[in-house]
Amino acid sequence: MSFQERRSIVDLVSSILITAFYSAYMVQRFPAGDPYSPDVFHFWGAFFLILIPVAIVAKIVIYIIFYLLNTVATREEESSITDERDKLIEQKAQMNSMYVFVIGVLVGMVSLVLNMPPSVMFIIFLCAGLVSEMVSNISKFYFYRRGF
Amino acid sequence: MSKPLVIRNNIRKLRFNHDEMTQQALADQVGVTRQTIIAIENAKYSPSLELAFRIAFTFDMPLAEVFFVEDGSVGRNS
Repeated sequence: MSFQERRSIVDLVSSILITAFYSAYMVQRFPAGDPYSPDVFHFWGAFFLILIPVAIVAKIVIYIIFYLLNTVATREEESSITDERDKLIEQKAQMNSMYVFVIGVLVGMVSLVLNMPPSVMFIIFLCAGLVSEMVSNISKFYFYRRGF
Repeated sequence: MSKPLVIRNNIRKLRFNHDEMTQQALADQVGVTRQTIIAIENAKYSPSLELAFRIAFTFDMPLAEVFFVEDGSVGRNS
């Protein structure tokens, strides 16, 4: 298994774990009561804004650990080159990811049309974000495994 | 719509003829990763024209001696 394939798996697992642990922590702070109160919108705004730096820091830490373990296990330093094939794979993976996220946003809009509480829309957005990231990582793994 | 051409190459043979040049050495010379050289050798990935020329220059060969279209895949348009 190549370094890029291993990195895709690490990315996939870390995305799931970060979102799961963060959501489990934040759900305890969800405001009880009226599902249409301004507190609910405040909660979801803070939820997404805090998730971004938390995810960045967590990923940096996970990457450092992964690079160290990979170097120890394989006894070889990985090339820092990003060549044309890497860029094309990245583009294809991002395109697949974007399609999934757009579908998620549309489903979120449908939840509003169906008079569901706004929290449902935000949960759909969160799921769409996670699933689109998973699709991106799975796409990368697939393309690297196949060759392109 | 035309069918995609099946592009093959002689990179493995050319590496052998150049003192059994390693995939890593070729990758370093043309500025890509070893995985990309593996993908090109196995005809899984068709390189850009620039990279194809870089590889040909490395072996000091014309492009057509390094890359070629597989017999039967030319002219089969549907």
